[in-house]
Amino acid sequence: MVEFAMNHTWLVPLLPALSFLIIIFFTRPWPRLSSTVSIAFMLSSFAVATLAAYGVFTDAQFKHEPLVYAIRWFGMEGLNIDVGVLLGPSSAMMIFMVTLVASLIQIYSTGYMKGDPGYSVFFSYLSLFAASMLGLIISSNLLQLFVFWELVGLCSYLLIGFYTHKNSAREAAKKAFITTRIGDFGMLLGMLAIQIIFGTLNLYELGQIMPNFEDYTTAGMMTLIAVLLFIGPIGKSGQFPLHVWLPDAMEGPTPVSALIHAATMVVAGVYLVGRTMFLFVEVESAMYLIAVVGAFTAFFAATIAVTQREIKRILAYSTVSQLGYMMLALGVGSLTASFFHLWTHAFFKALMFLGAGSVLHALHHKADVWDMGGLIKKMPITGWTFVIGGLAIAGIPPFAGFWSKDEILLATFNEGHYLLFTLGAVTAFLTAFYIWRMIFLTFFGEEKPDNHPHESPLSMTIPLIVLAVMATVGGLIGTPMNPHWQEWIFFGESHHIVPNIPIMLVSIALAAAGIGLAYVLYIKDRNKANVKDLAIRFKPVYTLLYNKYYMDEMYLWFNHKVVDGSARMTHLFDIYVVDGIVNGLGAVTKGTGGILRYTQNGKIQSYALVFFLAVLVITILLAFNDTTSMALVLGGVSK
Amino acid sequence: MLTTISPMHFVVLSAALFAIGLFGAITKKNAITVLICIELMLSAVNINLVAFNMFVTPEAFIGQIFAIFVITVAAAEIGVGLAIMLTIYRNKLSVDLDDFDWMKW
Repeated sequence: MVEFAMNHTWLVPLLPALSFLIIIFFTRPWPRLSSTVSIAFMLSSFAVATLAAYGVFTDAQFKHEPLVYAIRWFGMEGLNIDVGVLLGPSSAMMIFMVTLVASLIQIYSTGYMKGDPGYSVFFSYLSLFAASMLGLIISSNLLQLFVFWELVGLCSYLLIGFYTHKNSAREAAKKAFITTRIGDFGMLLGMLAIQIIFGTLNLYELGQIMPNFEDYTTAGMMTLIAVLLFIGPIGKSGQFPLHVWLPDAMEGPTPVSALIHAATMVVAGVYLVGRTMFLFVEVESAMYLIAVVGAFTAFFAATIAVTQREIKRILAYSTVSQLGYMMLALGVGSLTASFFHLWTHAFFKALMFLGAGSVLHALHHKADVWDMGGLIKKMPITGWTFVIGGLAIAGIPPFAGFWSKDEILLATFNEGHYLLFTLGAVTAFLTAFYIWRMIFLTFFGEEKPDNHPHESPLSMTIPLIVLAVMATVGGLIGTPMNPHWQEWIFFGESHHIVPNIPIMLVSIALAAAGIGLAYVLYIKDRNKANVKDLAIRFKPVYTLLYNKYYMDEMYLWFNHKVVDGSARMTHLFDIYVVDGIVNGLGAVTKGTGGILRYTQNGKIQSYALVFFLAVLVITILLAFNDTTSMALVLGGVSK
Repeated sequence: MLTTISPMHFVVLSAALFAIGLFGAITKKNAITVLICIELMLSAVNINLVAFNMFVTPEAFIGQIFAIFVITVAAAEIGVGLAIMLTIYRNKLSVDLDDFDWMKW
């Protein structure tokens, strides 16, 4: 069984893709049947993924050498593209995590989307989304990976814009698609450069030749490739400055937000950088760029999240911030810490998004956290699982987020990036604060009389409970006492990080301080006088943060002034220069034709005359140019 | 006294005949006259063919055969030409080439 699963890992993306086709072509009219098909295929995919992951993690030889098998997709002189499977510890971990989270989200969706007219279509999209992401994970080739990468983008477009009747949803879908396309363009250029310079896009082969890249190209070119390739993840993983699409992606149904923000789309960028780590480690400046972008994004998004009012929007900025952490870890060279955080984040963030969905479901899509309160009494399961998620993301031991975040901070500290470490630590404090601000406002405090919440159905609470369990114990596989994670998922050499007790204590203290501050501000001070006072006293800062640093406005300004302005100028160029040349050519032809047409008078005899004269001229020319033809014409036969 | 007939005589005769035919074909306004003039030009060619045959390859009959071909083709051509002229005449009630100028822009 295990052997079969490992040698047929392509089944993992294929099964959801099949369920997409089945739903679209056959079972669409029957919603219950469609969701059953979708969940059945997703669960079988999960089973295959689990077996394959089991196979990988029980055989020590895969620590250093991944299992690779591929067939030729197409080939010609100097360009051979394979399509295949690369199964190593990271991809095994990822397929297990993605199939698990995707299955739970699909089960949850049966409750959340109940009665929606697009129920079947929704499940087909979810399947396709999962299929694309799984295909991306096991790709053995950068081009194959890119195809799935784009498929993920397409599915996100379809799902974010799922409520097609809402204008904001349509706009958000377009924004997500176009913003990530900008990143994809850079990535495509990087891939082209790799193919041209190294002659292969095969990930395994590239990993072998990268340490000797000087044989192929210069360090400057390497830097360019690394930066270009990194632009893709900036777009896909919502790093500054291309993060703007991610909060707007909240327009989609909540299970989609959970899927996009926890397990799939956004971590694709982190995964890509992790997969091509062999390339980035050769270029120190690119690594530093990744670290700085990551740390800045983490801090930047956390500050925005502090002032947001919509529950899903807070979570969205939190996702941006956590992705920043993952990038920071990659930038300081710790694939271990980055993927560890990716793993724990998938569980606690999916948990919180689904919990938020449960809240919205109960409150009929009233999204402002200030309109909620005391929900934990009416919705105990949602509430307490959400609290577990909150503890995990804030970094309170022994919950999952603590171990991975601590690993990242420690790696940053050990690499000597003290400024980035400070940013990361401050972000940890802010994270604890804004998440607990949201939890206190939503689930604790006074109940609002006009809310009539009720606990969600079992189909929605069971996934929450499973995810809560994972968010609690998911980090225990990588603790300093029990460093299984560090033994398996690493780049280069596995190095056992010695636990640094002061840093651990600092990160716990910061998390506790954040939660404490949120408690003081939003629970103890019942009438919230202090909070309003604060908001008024720091009005400029508050407004700046509440409007997300006016990033969207800046993009709009850029679009309207710079892009449209240059478009207007090129429009003039087009009208007067390009069109001028084309119309001028036409006018010249027309004029010449107008003059020359008088030679065509329709009189047969003048044509005959011209014909005769032409023959005469040709004859004379021939006669005087060539002695043999002269002899022929003038006296070849006279003797 | 009798001078022998040299190729030059034939060439001059046929050239003269050709020139007369050409002149007529280009200048005459009557379509029938033009057709007749074209026949003259063809006859000039025939004279050349037969004459050169006698001087170049007297034992073969290539020139004569060519001449007969030309006569046959000319007969066919004149038949078609006259048929066209008849049709045009029925439509236009004229055989004046100056009236036939609708083959222009």
